[in-house]
Amino acid sequence: MSFPILKLIAQRIALGIVLLFAVSILIFVGTQILPGDVAQSILGQAATPQALANLREQLGLNDPAYIRYFRWLGGVLTGDLGTALTSGQDIASSIWPRLENTLFLAGCAAVVAVPLAIILGLLAVRYRNGPIDKIISAFALASTSFPEFFIGYLLVYFFAVKWQVFPAISTVFDGMPFLQRLQAVVLPATALTLVVLAHMMRMTRAAILNVMQSAYIETAELKGLRPFDIIRKHAFPNAVAPVVNVVMLNLAYLVVGVVVIEVIFVYPGMGQYLVDHVAKRDVPVVQAVGLIFAAVYIVLNIIADIAAILANPRLRHPK
Amino acid sequence: MLDLKRIPLGAWLGLVLTGLFLICAIFAPWIAPHGNGEIVGDVWEPMSAAHLLGTDNLGRDLLSRMIYGARITILIAVLATALSFSLGAILGFTAAAVGGWFDTLVSRFVDLLMSIPTLIFGLVVLSVLPTNTLTLILVMGILDSTRVYRLSRAVAVDINVMDFVEAAKLRGEGMRWIIFREILPNALSPLVAELGVRFIFAVLFLSALSFLGLGVQPPDSDWGGMVKENKDGIVFGIPAALIPAAAIAVLAISVNLVADWVLNRTTDLKGGRGNG
Amino acid sequence: MSKELEFLSHSVARGKLSRRDFLGRAAALGVSAAFANTLLSDAARAEGPVKGGMLKAGLQGGESSNVLDPALNLSQVNFSFGKCWGELLVELKPDGGLENRIAEEIGSSPDAKTWTMKIRKGIQFHDGKEVAPADVMATLERHADEKSKSAALGILQGIDTMKVDGDAVVVTLKDANADFPYLMADYHLVIQPNGGKDNPNAGISAGPYKVTVNEPGVRYGGEKFANYWQGDKLGHADQVEIVVINDPTARTAALQGGQVNMINRVEPKIVDLIKRVPGVTIQTVSGRGFYPFNMFCDTAPFDNNDLRMALKLAMDRDEMLDKILRGYGEVGNDMPVNKAYPLFSDDIEQRKFDPEKAAEFYKKSGHSGSILLRTSDVAFPGAVDAAQLYQQSCAKAGIKIEIKREPGDGYWSEVWNKQPFSLSYWGGRATQDQMYSTAYISSADWNDTRWKRPEFDKMVIAARGELDEAKRKKMYRDMGLMMRDEGGLLVPFFNQYIDASGKGVQGWVNNPAQEMCGGYALAMCWLEA
Repeated sequence: MSFPILKLIAQRIALGIVLLFAVSILIFVGTQILPGDVAQSILGQAATPQALANLREQLGLNDPAYIRYFRWLGGVLTGDLGTALTSGQDIASSIWPRLENTLFLAGCAAVVAVPLAIILGLLAVRYRNGPIDKIISAFALASTSFPEFFIGYLLVYFFAVKWQVFPAISTVFDGMPFLQRLQAVVLPATALTLVVLAHMMRMTRAAILNVMQSAYIETAELKGLRPFDIIRKHAFPNAVAPVVNVVMLNLAYLVVGVVVIEVIFVYPGMGQYLVDHVAKRDVPVVQAVGLIFAAVYIVLNIIADIAAILANPRLRHPK
Repeated sequence: MLDLKRIPLGAWLGLVLTGLFLICAIFAPWIAPHGNGEIVGDVWEPMSAAHLLGTDNLGRDLLSRMIYGARITILIAVLATALSFSLGAILGFTAAAVGGWFDTLVSRFVDLLMSIPTLIFGLVVLSVLPTNTLTLILVMGILDSTRVYRLSRAVAVDINVMDFVEAAKLRGEGMRWIIFREILPNALSPLVAELGVRFIFAVLFLSALSFLGLGVQPPDSDWGGMVKENKDGIVFGIPAALIPAAAIAVLAISVNLVADWVLNRTTDLKGGRGNG
Repeated sequence: MSKELEFLSHSVARGKLSRRDFLGRAAALGVSAAFANTLLSDAARAEGPVKGGMLKAGLQGGESSNVLDPALNLSQVNFSFGKCWGELLVELKPDGGLENRIAEEIGSSPDAKTWTMKIRKGIQFHDGKEVAPADVMATLERHADEKSKSAALGILQGIDTMKVDGDAVVVTLKDANADFPYLMADYHLVIQPNGGKDNPNAGISAGPYKVTVNEPGVRYGGEKFANYWQGDKLGHADQVEIVVINDPTARTAALQGGQVNMINRVEPKIVDLIKRVPGVTIQTVSGRGFYPFNMFCDTAPFDNNDLRMALKLAMDRDEMLDKILRGYGEVGNDMPVNKAYPLFSDDIEQRKFDPEKAAEFYKKSGHSGSILLRTSDVAFPGAVDAAQLYQQSCAKAGIKIEIKREPGDGYWSEVWNKQPFSLSYWGGRATQDQMYSTAYISSADWNDTRWKRPEFDKMVIAARGELDEAKRKKMYRDMGLMMRDEGGLLVPFFNQYIDASGKGVQGWVNNPAQEMCGGYALAMCWLEA
């Protein structure tokens, strides 16, 4: 490894940090613009003017915005995400188990989806334009085309209600035996796998096909290598960058985009947590979750960028 | 430029089905046997001669609702996609052609927007703004334009360094000329391929929003919203929930078939189901 | 029926024979499986509650922002879980009467102004301390505190002074109230050590289950409290669990798949479908909740009683009940009370859909043009559809209704109780007095029909202080009639609570006060062996 490459990577990371700060400002400003009164949202129809006034005073919503921003930022940097307005609970400690749950589900889906997508993609390239390619393409097309909640409900209908092999609801909790936990997330993980599979598969196929048109592949073919070896040894390594990119995009989706699946399977993850608190205008929670989501996205993007740099000699040695 | 005989079967299927959906959407009031909100029978009646697809959760004719639903679904998705493409492509091309601080500024801002998950962004914005069709289109279009921006900028950057663009610049052509006469025609095919994919993601995004209760306002309803209205019936196998979902899938597949066909004529790798 | 079968079925109920073995032997004796099953559940009932095991409920109405503090409990999950760990002074019985719990006896002075609540001895809190009168008083104090956010603040405002007197708590009211004991049955008033002033979220009271799991918006769990003061009467399962399932489809699927033993809020639309699922029993009970159309009696054009009457007569209650609730409810009679309330007179004539008469009254009122009705999804499930149905039935009487659909956000702060004609819901109250006092006296904050009649206020206060039941019943009848014929309240129907229990659940007793056996489903049910 040479010096310029370290510099490039450092640049990416620095850029990511700057971006994260910008996002924190955007999130803060955005949540300040939200109209509606927190106290009214908490108490709902049962609000008496007295209780409303008491609550408003107690929550101390009267400081100027920029002071609250820096106070919040200071807290975030020291690991203190503040307390939820609605429940008075420490946000960091209530988010942590949910983040774990979200990552667990995303992990389960990713462990299945990523290798499967790449293998299917390789197969499609190997047998391109043949029946296997067509079947894989059709399957991928169909699975992207159904709304994800529909896939979720169909899985529930068949596997939980009709055949009763997996639970319909995926409640997981601390101290749950690992196998039981795994069983609980089978259905949501399957639904997520179906949602992200096609995109990664198509990208793998397209990226490799792109490389297959290069001259050195032709050389390899002329050398008489077996088609699968060509793909594995010569084409795939050169197609890594776009594949990693799309894999990272989908991993990000698995972490931050699963609100709908969480609602259907009653999975205690971050999305459900966020939706509950958006409805109640619990600003600190919305800020905290928004920031975590943004951080996940940015970190995965940095990883993808770095992988692209490492994989690409032209980027490794910029002119 | 098109040889009809060389269009593959899949693309034909896609073209025909897409056309059919479009006809339903455009001529909805003349095709639909009943009114959109009209209650004509009991709740969740099975399919019959009177109601070809049965009735929905309030006893409305499902076929009529589907036809009106096509209109709303397609209208919103088309307008949102059109918005995202005009906005994203023009900004992307301009950024590539102008370069410098403008490029940096817009690109970083787009990065910023993209780092917040689309659905979450939409959720927060739509739960605050008055939900009507216009806000829906604007929110969906603007959020999606970030992805189009990335693609069109990437494509345009490549084209911008081509000799013929250099030549045009040396000729002293203006920025407008460069963007619309030099870059646009050469970036068209990847963009068209992307258009189909984006359109489908718009339909799916709309249905996800409807599912979360932030989509179209009843008695109007998009297909995703209709699945939501009837979703209690899914675990009992009631067709009223399955048909709209199937319609979304068929629309998605047929547009994708057309897009694939275009895609096969070009090569393109960008895009995705949002960043989540 | 053979003696052998009977003996065998009881063996199963006692857990000495497996269910499968029994069905096998029954088949050998030539008995159909269906009949054998009936036999089994009969035997299970006769054998009494089966102890032990785990009972799970999947409930709608919980958010991750919820807390355990009973003062702040508003949603169904917290309500049901509160009945598992909490204990009240008194509780509403299924027949509408009161059952003494922590209060051993409640008596009043003849003027119904001073109430003495004798506190039962020997009741233990979960932390081992004994429930003392001071704890009871501290609880009432906390909820009645002006600074408190307690939802029970309103009903405790009538309290003037409180003191502990030996083994009793003596409460003096500002005005006479014969219904005071009913107020103490409010589900927020869970008795906590030192009134929960130290830690309201501790989840410690004297109910049948101790709190073991508290994951807001996800799941709650309790284990049997060994020293529960009622011993075996409640709390048959060793462990109870509530899983929050806000999505109705997921809730139904969880019951069908056997992940939970009972669910609340079954959508009226799917009742007929879920009935067919083997093992699932639909539990319906007529409640006190209703879905009103509110007209402001002091705002034009609704200040004209002829117009109000026309609008009441133009409501097709039967169709409404059929389409919106699928029949799971009772038609309303433009009064905020029904037969689920104690002291209700059910001899008042039912108002019917009569477009001709409605047209007559409409003509007499002299009104012309369309009338604006505001509705929203959040008003009640199906509120937007209800408004559309009403629009159609009004059209038959020549009355033109214009519907405005308001956003759910802000409906309760900007539309309900602010706009002159809108849809809403009421969950009902423990007594008629509470219902009328909450929303139909001149000074009420929540007077959402602007029903301001000094003579009506006087009737409410007089009835409240009347200890003679017959006289009180008559007074409530007069009040009901007055509301029905002159009020601004249009009640198409009272809704039923629709819950469902799964395979093997026994001991379910419906309670019109609330859903899920008045919240006690987990504590009073058991799974047959």
